[in-house]
This record gives sequence, structure tokens and C-alpha cells, in this order.
Amino acid sequence: MKVLYFAWLRERIGLPFEVVSTRADDVAGLVAELAARSEAHALAFSDMRAVRVALDQELSDMSAPLAGVAEVAFFPPMTGG
Amino acid sequence: MSVSVQAADFDLGAEMAALRAGRSDIGAVVSFSGLVREVTGGGGMTLEHYPGMTEAALAEIEAKACARWELLGSRIVHRFGALEPGAQIVLVIAAARHRAAAFEAAEFMMDYLKSRAPFWKKEGVGEASRWVDARDVDEDALKRWD
Repeated sequence: MKVLYFAWLRERIGLPFEVVSTRADDVAGLVAELAARSEAHALAFSDMRAVRVALDQELSDMSAPLAGVAEVAFFPPMTGG
Repeated sequence: MSVSVQAADFDLGAEMAALRAGRSDIGAVVSFSGLVREVTGGGGMTLEHYPGMTEAALAEIEAKACARWELLGSRIVHRFGALEPGAQIVLVIAAARHRAAAFEAAEFMMDYLKSRAPFWKKEGVGEASRWVDARDVDEDALKRWD
């Protein structure tokens, strides 16, 4: 599974993306696995109120199942326009 | 109906002309251009986006506007990358038979762009740069369209 990071999540983790194999059933489970990868990951995921998620490029939420998902992206609330 | 996500600048006059070309059914065209404001400490901003998802999100926003109002044309252009103060960031155009639909559809598309299109603004340069926080007022602006 490809995991992408944007904005300050990308900066804190130090990677634009990484390929991970996960045993998590849902997004929250994947976050717990990712947060355990390094201190930088733990810091990036320390306040989940400030993190949004997209599954295969569709906005989703932390309780969404991961079955069949190929691409997960984590990012802060969007600030376009 | 079309959307573009690009680093290059856009020309409002040319976009407007393209939308009106060969048409005599349009009675109202509303456009909105968003610009980079100068922030304290100087410098412009850098816009990051999520290639692929961005284009799909903009197309979905435009489709929602077209489903809600009887638009005769629409256009969204959003830039990314490094932008200097005064630079154009975003363009939204809505064309309709009458002005009410054009005004409302343009505002609707901008409200959705602010918090539903995957862009992130970073203000300033170097050490002094900071990611712009999402504003509650932008989230609240969406509620009036529920």
C-alpha cells in the first residue's frame, strides 16, 4: 500500500510517500502502525484532530475500512482558494 | 465546463472570451479571482497540492454547481507552486441566463474550493515560513449550501 503525506505531515515525517505493508483493518489501525515507525511519525500523528485522510483520492475518515485500498493520503485540513 | 490545475498564470480576459465564444444564450457571467496577499515579513506563498485528487475534486465541485444551478458555462483554474505577492491563485467563472444563478454558483464553487480541494498554503520564505491554518469561517461558509 502506498501512503502519501502532504504539507506539514510530509515535512515532519520527512518523506512525500512510503510503501508499507499493513495488517490494519481500518485507517485508525494504520495510523497506530505508522506512528510506531519513528519519533517523527509519532509527532506527525500526535494530534489526529489536525489530520485528514483520503482513500484512493477520495476524502474519508479514520474509521473507514482499508480493504481493497491501494493509496492512502494523510494531510492537514485543506487551505485552497 | 472545465478545470485546470497549473503552475502557470492565467488570463481572465482570455478565459472569459473562450467561455462566451459563439454563444448568445448567456445573459450573465460572474468571475472571481483570488490573489496572493503580502504577509508580514514579506514573501509570497507556496501552494502544495495532491496531483490526481486535486483535478478530481475540482471537477466534482464544478459538477455539483452545474447540478444545482442552470449554468451555461463554468471554469475553474487553480495554480500551485511558488507565487509572489499580487499573483493570481485561483479563478472561478460561472455563466447563466440570469445573474442570480451566476453569482450564487461562483460563490458556491469558491466556498467548496477553500476547504474541499486538496491544496495547502505555506506563507513566507525560508525559516519564517509557516503553513496556513484552516479557518473555521471557511468551514462554516459551506453550511449555508446544505
